[in-house]
Amino acid sequence: MSGALPAQLEELVADFTAVPQEDKLELLLDFSRSLPALPDRLGEHPEELEQVVECQSPLFLTVEWEEGAVPGPGAPVRLFFSAPAEAPTTRGFASILHEGLDGLPAQEVLDVPDDLPERFGLTQLVSPLRMRGMSAMLARIKRRVRELQDD
Amino acid sequence: MGVAVENNEDFAQYAHPERLVSTQWVAEHRDDPGVVVVESDEDVLLYETGHVPGAVKIDWHTDLNRPDTRDYVDAEEFAELMARKGISRDTTIVVYGDKSNWWAAYALWVFELFGHPDVRLMNGGRDKWVAEGRELSTEKVVPERADYPVVERDDTPIRAYQEDVLAHLGEQPLIDVRSLPEYTGERTHMPDYPQEGTLRGGHIPTAASVPWARAAAEDATFRSREELEAIYRDEVGLSDDDDIIAYCRIGERSSHTWFVLKHLLGFERVRNYDGSWTEWGNSVRVPIVLGEEPGEVPGSAR
Repeated sequence: MSGALPAQLEELVADFTAVPQEDKLELLLDFSRSLPALPDRLGEHPEELEQVVECQSPLFLTVEWEEGAVPGPGAPVRLFFSAPAEAPTTRGFASILHEGLDGLPAQEVLDVPDDLPERFGLTQLVSPLRMRGMSAMLARIKRRVRELQDD
Repeated sequence: MGVAVENNEDFAQYAHPERLVSTQWVAEHRDDPGVVVVESDEDVLLYETGHVPGAVKIDWHTDLNRPDTRDYVDAEEFAELMARKGISRDTTIVVYGDKSNWWAAYALWVFELFGHPDVRLMNGGRDKWVAEGRELSTEKVVPERADYPVVERDDTPIRAYQEDVLAHLGEQPLIDVRSLPEYTGERTHMPDYPQEGTLRGGHIPTAASVPWARAAAEDATFRSREELEAIYRDEVGLSDDDDIIAYCRIGERSSHTWFVLKHLLGFERVRNYDGSWTEWGNSVRVPIVLGEEPGEVPGSAR
């Protein structure tokens, strides 16, 4: 899979590939700091926390239709994430996906290639094991978008 | 070698109290000549969000593993890493990290493969330091380069390879420190998560299930010697002359258990099988067992 990316996502990939290796972690850290907080109405949702076999951090994510949008493949979706401060890498991945996907039409989110995480040039730095966290997040975002469409 | 051992009555109960220091000791001694504090985390960014002032970062993936072989760095690379981090052979290294010191214990274990004489773990790790409201710094630490000799790694005493485990089957105890669903084989993954690199779920025949976390208290410190003896001696039945191998998924959680068995309970022969389930569960012609029972070694495996 090597499909084209939505412009706002492509821009992020370009940002990451442009910075030298030694500054990439710093950039990821910036992203982890800029992850927007959950709106109050979504609260903490502890029951929604899904955790990979011990080794990864709890992450809450949900996807909703843009307020007022008529549900359909062309309707924009909004993404919400929450991850604890002691999991900055998870927060960083969530923040990248938030910035790259939030507000896109549902179909465009579903069309994002599954090899997206490999395109940021982080694998060597962060380790393949850790990068799986981002793949998993993307898979769950897509699953939630499909669930929205089925509702 | 190294600086004076912490005189702490909480640690006197353990077989090797000199392998532990408290957060308070670190607060008081982190700047002492001859002491280098090392943070080693699961999360690759955590150190950058704030660390014990003066602590250097060592990452299990980028610093301790080789990129071209599933193995640890060699003697030259280790010596270079130590020198860069300002560590000499006579330095007292104090390691701490996230997740109840999983990765800190793993780093400590790797330092011991190279026979570094004085490596200690900060009891309670990063979580305890943070919970106590102690100082965290984001200041970039630039250690003064040190001299570190090239010392060959000696895996034999504390590291087990797959062939060692095969020879071990049915003869000596194995401890599986993963969570119960991983042990039974019910789970190698969660919904929508990749299979964490393993084809089959289950455990190594005869392995006792003792999830690593049973050795850790709520505040991420180690449980008392009495509690640990109750688990590993009374319940699992380990005895002093046993030759013990611990494993998990990639060897980090089992480093925690290795530390407990070796340094806190004083078992002489304890090895960590770092290939762990990601090797065993994928290997051709090795037996596995599903379910809650340790199971038996099939005749063909030996």
